Amino acid sequence: MAVAQEHAPQTFISKYVFSTDHKVIGLQYILTALFMGIVGSALAVLIRAQITWPEKALVTPENYISLVTMHGTIMVFFVVSLALVSGFGNFLIPLMLGARDMAYPFLNMLSYWTVVPACLLVLASFLVEGGAAAAGWTAYPPLSALPEAVPGSGLGQTLWLLAMALFIASFTMGGLNYIATILNCRARGMTLMRMPLTVWTYFMSAILGVLSFPPLTAAAIMLLLDRHGGTSFFLPEGLVFGNETLPHQGGTPLLFQHLFWFLGHPEVYVLVLPGIGITFDLLATFARRPIFGYRTSVWSLVVVGFLSMIVWGHHMYVTGMNPYVGEYFSIATVLITAPFAVLGLNLVASLWRSRIRMEVPMYWALGTIAVIGLGGFGGLFLATSISDIYFHESFFVVGHFHLMIGVVTVLSALGGTYYWFPKMFGRKMSVGLAKLHFWTTYLPVVAVFALMHFQGLSGLLRRYYDHTIYEFQEAGIGLALPITILVFVVTGSQLVFIYNFFVSMRRGEVASANPWNGTTLEWTAPSPAPHGNWPGALPVVDRHPYDYDPAAPAEADFKPQGTVA
Amino acid sequence: MSTSGAAPRSPAFGLLFYALGILVVAGFAVGWLPEVSSAHGHGIDRVIRYLLLTTGTLFLVGCLVLGRFILTYGRGAPQEGAVLSERTQLLWAIVPVLLMCAISEVGVLVMALPVFGEVYGEPAEDAFEVEVVGKQFEWLVRYPGPDGVLGEVDHDKVHDSRNPLGLVKSDPAARDDIVLRGQLHLPVGRMSIVSLRSLDVIHSFTVPLFRTKQDTLPGYTAFTQFTPEKEGTFELACAELCGLGHYRMQGTVTVQSEEELAQWLSEQEPWL
Repeated sequence: MAVAQEHAPQTFISKYVFSTDHKVIGLQYILTALFMGIVGSALAVLIRAQITWPEKALVTPENYISLVTMHGTIMVFFVVSLALVSGFGNFLIPLMLGARDMAYPFLNMLSYWTVVPACLLVLASFLVEGGAAAAGWTAYPPLSALPEAVPGSGLGQTLWLLAMALFIASFTMGGLNYIATILNCRARGMTLMRMPLTVWTYFMSAILGVLSFPPLTAAAIMLLLDRHGGTSFFLPEGLVFGNETLPHQGGTPLLFQHLFWFLGHPEVYVLVLPGIGITFDLLATFARRPIFGYRTSVWSLVVVGFLSMIVWGHHMYVTGMNPYVGEYFSIATVLITAPFAVLGLNLVASLWRSRIRMEVPMYWALGTIAVIGLGGFGGLFLATSISDIYFHESFFVVGHFHLMIGVVTVLSALGGTYYWFPKMFGRKMSVGLAKLHFWTTYLPVVAVFALMHFQGLSGLLRRYYDHTIYEFQEAGIGLALPITILVFVVTGSQLVFIYNFFVSMRRGEVASANPWNGTTLEWTAPSPAPHGNWPGALPVVDRHPYDYDPAAPAEADFKPQGTVA
Repeated sequence: MSTSGAAPRSPAFGLLFYALGILVVAGFAVGWLPEVSSAHGHGIDRVIRYLLLTTGTLFLVGCLVLGRFILTYGRGAPQEGAVLSERTQLLWAIVPVLLMCAISEVGVLVMALPVFGEVYGEPAEDAFEVEVVGKQFEWLVRYPGPDGVLGEVDHDKVHDSRNPLGLVKSDPAARDDIVLRGQLHLPVGRMSIVSLRSLDVIHSFTVPLFRTKQDTLPGYTAFTQFTPEKEGTFELACAELCGLGHYRMQGTVTVQSEEELAQWLSEQEPWL
């Protein structure tokens, strides 16, 4: 009886710093991501200011491309990955599966404390000579390989590579832990086909991450060797800088691009799938009906995961890769729209004959569905190799990937925060502030990235310090000012969220164990959940995860997935 | 404690998605694409318009259905028969699968494949050949001169001001080569085939109004082909981050008649 509590950590250090409790680690990830998110957003604001008012030359050209590079790196790897995948994943998986903790709690702690130095290295790179890495978040050599090519390719790029190596080590530990936990630590009766879709998406996400990250590790090591060991993995003969020919010979920059995108594309799904999973779970709770097409959703996730591993070349149509190979990648990539459309249909159809309770988390879930549609359809323009000739490196790409790996992920993480906040802290967040936050985030953010699609259609190219010296970019840059104003609104709106988050943690309305009348297992644990998650025995599962009945009386319209003996 | 008070209802939330669908689709329907001025460019624009039409329709329908569901089911009335059989749910999944496979593969295989042939297929017999070399941060253009042959180059001989492409003096074919900075002259109505190289990092040759874009990779020679349709000057830009001067790697493409081009070429001095 109460075995778990007896093992509960007692000291501050073991409870909050070097904790092995998945919930504490999850929150550590989320708070770390929040901090890195503030840095990444500040960089975004500077980028927007420079694009909008180039005549003021707010930053230098070399600092501008450092900003672009570090904004992308920080947001992809140190904000979205950390918050949504590592943060919510850690917090939710054991609770939703009816487990005491992750399969390997110590490995879990190790993975968090491996990513902390990675964050510090990234931040430190702003302070070194030459500035932070400036070869784009994709770090294509030769630009990223040679200090002669750009100032940021000095020590800044080395720190960038070391940070990535640490991040990958951390993320791989996390992914292995997710897979082991999901396969081995489910409560009695929790078959795979009874898992909440959120857990399914973390499962796919972890598999993709573990399979696709190692090639990037290899690429990072090869790039480090090219930079410091005199090798030429990515450097061909005849590179001339300042009238001097470099001694490198025999390598090819295309190899790096293949290794990078072999990770880079699955990474998109590593990030976006959990966002979709969370959206499904929020939707079920507030639509008060079972998810439409649970089985087809699961199989669609599996198919999306598989396809995402064999389509990386669609980032490389105009790079000099054989165009016939590009044609294969084009045909395969657009197939992803089929399982994705099934997910879209199931999301929308989950509202059919529902009885919607319009609580705050539902705002975000509904908002996310429309963004999945907009971002998903935009992908077709880029996946079709012929139209990509025009769109490659334009703002259309910027708008598209921000919608998918930025907006879908962040909206669902915010919705998830409002939804699971009671489980994290035993309190609810302020509804008034939450609504203010939603409206001042959702409308501007969708407008920002829709407008960027229009800019891309008009021909505006990305990563430009100053667009105004080109006639063909005039139409596109005309939209820069409205976009920037909206970005400022969105950024300011997040202050409302941060305030609400920290104030509600201490002073929010006290929440019950199951404040939303949810069915999944985390709601059978106390709020906040104690060490070991359930004070007594673990729950036993006897039904599918979304047993809501919109025909029943409102207060008795759900049956929890499991019962605690 | 269970939820206190009546469940919050806001069916009007559905109007958000009506507005979103209509505004976004209307926004995309504005003619953002700049006027095209190459033969294959019309094909690229056709593919883009096809995708705008099909995905725009689907997005609008999706938003309208989403909005409608929220309006209808946001009122809190109990609903019977919400759960369909597994079989029916499976059958429903076939609809988006067939629809998206059709729309997307028609895009790639029916709409785009003929354009693929124009962009990447065998160049025309009489194609006009020219070399463009990217370096930080300018475009170097080389014409073969009267002998019609591009001479030998050697990267060890590259000197930014004296010999930017490293032409080899001992090669007679190199002695009449014409080298220009940032100016590309091409004939109208005849296919041009541009061979692309880079001296340092990756650049990308793009003339947006021609709908053409091809990276220049160091260590490789890439090719891009297109047929300019109108006389005039067009902007050449770099579309791959190449360093701090990426944004100012500007060039001009002058499209002129065969006679004017021949006249202009005859006035250019060989570099060496």
